[in-house]
Amino acid sequence: MEATGIGATEPAGGPPRRLQAPGRRYGEKAIQGLLAACGILSVVTTTAIVISLIGPTIGFFEVVPVGDFLFGTEWTPQFEPPSFGVLGIVAGTLNVTLWGMLFASPIGLGSAIYLSEYARPRVRKTIKPVLEILAGIPTVAIGFFAASFILPEIIQPLWPGEFLGGAVGKPFMALAGGLGIGLMIVPIIASISEDAMSAVPNGLREGAYAMGATKMKVATRVVFPAALSGIVASIVLATSRAVGETMIVLLAAGSTPNFTLNPVEAVQTMTAYIGVTATGDIGTGTLDYKSVFAVGTVLFVLTLAMNLVSISLVRKYREVYE
Amino acid sequence: MAEPGSAAPRTRLATAGAKATTQAMLRDQPRRDVIRNTAFAGLLLLAVSIALAGLIALLVQAFIKGAPALSTDLITNPPSSIYPEKAGFRTAILGSLELIAGVILFVVPVGVGAAIYLEEYADKTRWWNRMIEVNIQNLAAVPSIIYGILGLAFIVRGPLDLGFILIAGSLTLALLVLPMVIIAAREAIRAVPDSIRQGSLALGATKWQTVRSQVLPASIPGIATGVILAVSRALGETAPLLLVGATVFVTFDPTPFSDYSALPVQIFNYAVQPQDEFQALAAAGIILMLVVLLAMNSFAIWLRNRYEQRW
Amino acid sequence: MTQDESRTGTGREAREAAAERAAIAVRPDEFHHSEAGSGAREKVFELKGIDVRYSGVAAVKGISMDIHRKDVTALIGPSGCGKSTLLRCLNRMNDLIPNAEVQGELLYHGEDLYGPTVDPVQVRKLIGMVFQKPNPFPKSIYDNVAFGPRILGRKDDLDATVEHALRGAALWEEVKDRLEDNAFGLSGGQQQRLCIARCIAVEPDVILMDEPCSALDPISTGKIEDLMIALKDEFSIVIVTHNMQQAARVSDRTAFLMVELDADEQNRWGRLVEYDDTEKIFTNPADQRTEDYVSGKVG
Repeated sequence: MEATGIGATEPAGGPPRRLQAPGRRYGEKAIQGLLAACGILSVVTTTAIVISLIGPTIGFFEVVPVGDFLFGTEWTPQFEPPSFGVLGIVAGTLNVTLWGMLFASPIGLGSAIYLSEYARPRVRKTIKPVLEILAGIPTVAIGFFAASFILPEIIQPLWPGEFLGGAVGKPFMALAGGLGIGLMIVPIIASISEDAMSAVPNGLREGAYAMGATKMKVATRVVFPAALSGIVASIVLATSRAVGETMIVLLAAGSTPNFTLNPVEAVQTMTAYIGVTATGDIGTGTLDYKSVFAVGTVLFVLTLAMNLVSISLVRKYREVYE
Repeated sequence: MAEPGSAAPRTRLATAGAKATTQAMLRDQPRRDVIRNTAFAGLLLLAVSIALAGLIALLVQAFIKGAPALSTDLITNPPSSIYPEKAGFRTAILGSLELIAGVILFVVPVGVGAAIYLEEYADKTRWWNRMIEVNIQNLAAVPSIIYGILGLAFIVRGPLDLGFILIAGSLTLALLVLPMVIIAAREAIRAVPDSIRQGSLALGATKWQTVRSQVLPASIPGIATGVILAVSRALGETAPLLLVGATVFVTFDPTPFSDYSALPVQIFNYAVQPQDEFQALAAAGIILMLVVLLAMNSFAIWLRNRYEQRW
Repeated sequence: MTQDESRTGTGREAREAAAERAAIAVRPDEFHHSEAGSGAREKVFELKGIDVRYSGVAAVKGISMDIHRKDVTALIGPSGCGKSTLLRCLNRMNDLIPNAEVQGELLYHGEDLYGPTVDPVQVRKLIGMVFQKPNPFPKSIYDNVAFGPRILGRKDDLDATVEHALRGAALWEEVKDRLEDNAFGLSGGQQQRLCIARCIAVEPDVILMDEPCSALDPISTGKIEDLMIALKDEFSIVIVTHNMQQAARVSDRTAFLMVELDADEQNRWGRLVEYDDTEKIFTNPADQRTEDYVSGKVG
């Protein structure tokens, strides 16, 4: 039997077999387009965020000089005349974030080293889900805990007397917000760092043990440096989360703009300002409304920079070991 | 090679040398090493303990504070800013349920669709696909209050102009958790071995037939886990809702097109009231929310572990 | 012409050709290729100077050979010689690898397999493939076999189709009482036969097998080899194997590929050395390199 020419062959009594597609498969193409549209929606979201921030921000700077905004330390929008020195609330963010990071970094990294290098598999299998549960606690619950437990039951009794003005009788303080935020970001630092440490090849550890290194030396001199980019990524990402957190600071750190790093003062963060100002009844054209967007722009740019650093660091360690 | 006769002394000499070197290395203040090692291990354990203690303290404190307010009134009564003894979360719970339903309706098809596109169709060497990827990772870390600003400027007002209605809140929350769903769904899709795709394509299935009939069914457990975690995040999220109109005290059962409140927003509203009764209500609301969230998260973790080693 | 006649003819001609060639030095781009006596037989594939490149780096170069209908054709050679790559050209599975390109002419029943109007999906319906590692779908045994007919829209008499395919793969008796069980519960050999059944159910013209027994125990391997011999009544089969005994047992014709290095040994690619009747390749190969390989001296 000879081949029957282009496009059609007749094997074993079957119908002619074609190599060409039976139709144009418009369905396949339509589906691919639809799926691509879903992917592109994320870009649209980012674009929409940028657009929605830019317009009112420009409007804001038509009234308030950029220099006064960026370098002023007085944030008193409700005064007459108002003052929009963003450093007044950037300081609040910094104040809270600082204590949060000081608390969460050692705890998170310690937990990561423990889980990756010390814990037996069964212990690790128990603790990791518990940390995940901590990561899933809503921030309003952590804020409530910070305001009604950490502040009155831990900070106030333990604070040394009148140090830095004393802690007694204060319903809000940066430190309470900071510790609440710290509790929130411990799981972030722990889980990303643990991932990075677990990705360090066992050969490196064995090499060090073979040279007589102790477990601690292996953890601190071998694993820690090898996982450094992932660890830094976790810290940067956690900082970004801390800077962007709203509910904990609203409940525990207060809404009083205060250009200070004193942990026992009430402060207002950028997020808290947005949260209390941009509630339903705010008028669209007002300066207050626009100021929310200007602050939002600062917040977005700050966190964007940190996120990009963290993303590229995570990529780096994935490239090295995977 | 040494002569047989001289082997023994030489070996002995070599052993002695190695021993001396080892001892010299180990003698380097061995006791201090032991102490330091123990102290270090102790510190690590302390770190883990503090994290766990924080979680336990949070749960216990909410329970102690909220116990007096725990009753079925919590679920059946609408909120009140005046009578804490009669106040509940009824309308806020309904609001949250409707918000979540909207989030699921939006986020599952779009999130899974985006994940399929990025994993199965996108050419990763193209810059725009890499950009989409980085963009999604960044969106996952954008502060939630920024999504509130987006919702206020784009959904409540601006192009969509829906007003302060429940759907606006739902869309805002959906955009917020969309990156989480995409990232989780991508991981689940990536976990399906390539041999399954090849087996299907080799039978003459088209790409979409392969994705729909083989890849998606095999990745459903992972996707479901991601969706549950994302939804539980949306359920507990408060800050963006403050901006898109989850108003203070809603006394009627919300519809998708009405004013609305949400459980965490209502908790926040009670928590900022100074009276002990409202504080107790806030704590009771937290218990309520945590029970739901813990159940969801445990189910997600169970689901993940159940289907983890499938291949 | 019967197969036996064609084989003797091929063998004699090849031996004469080999004698001629033995006089001259063997150049790397030269290969021994016996076409004598096979002109009248129907060709499924005609490969003319096929090169395959991944991201511009050659994996195989200059492959020319004809593959005949209802033969078992074996591709053998050391690892890295590109036999799997070559096999994957035949049903355009290489299309799935980004940056893979196929050059040269590849005719399927006389039609250019890489022609502009040819649809790879359609190609794979006609030219099925069985992989190295059994890859059943995570579904029931029944659904595994029914998947192909379903996507082709052949939903009438699906039960009969499934039974026929499972019988064809010599698996029916072992699974007929548990068709709804998950395919992952089968043994490795059963899984591989299931994959063959899955392939048969689509009623292809050609079945490509990429080292189908390399992950299996000897007993399972034996069953699959028997199956291949049975299946060639109905299908043309091309099999890649690194097991020379297997090639000798099941195939009618054998192609031997080798790794070739460039001058500075930076790049390596596969080259067809000799292609002939299996019997001849294993008893009296024309090329010294083939002889060294099949006799176990190298490779």
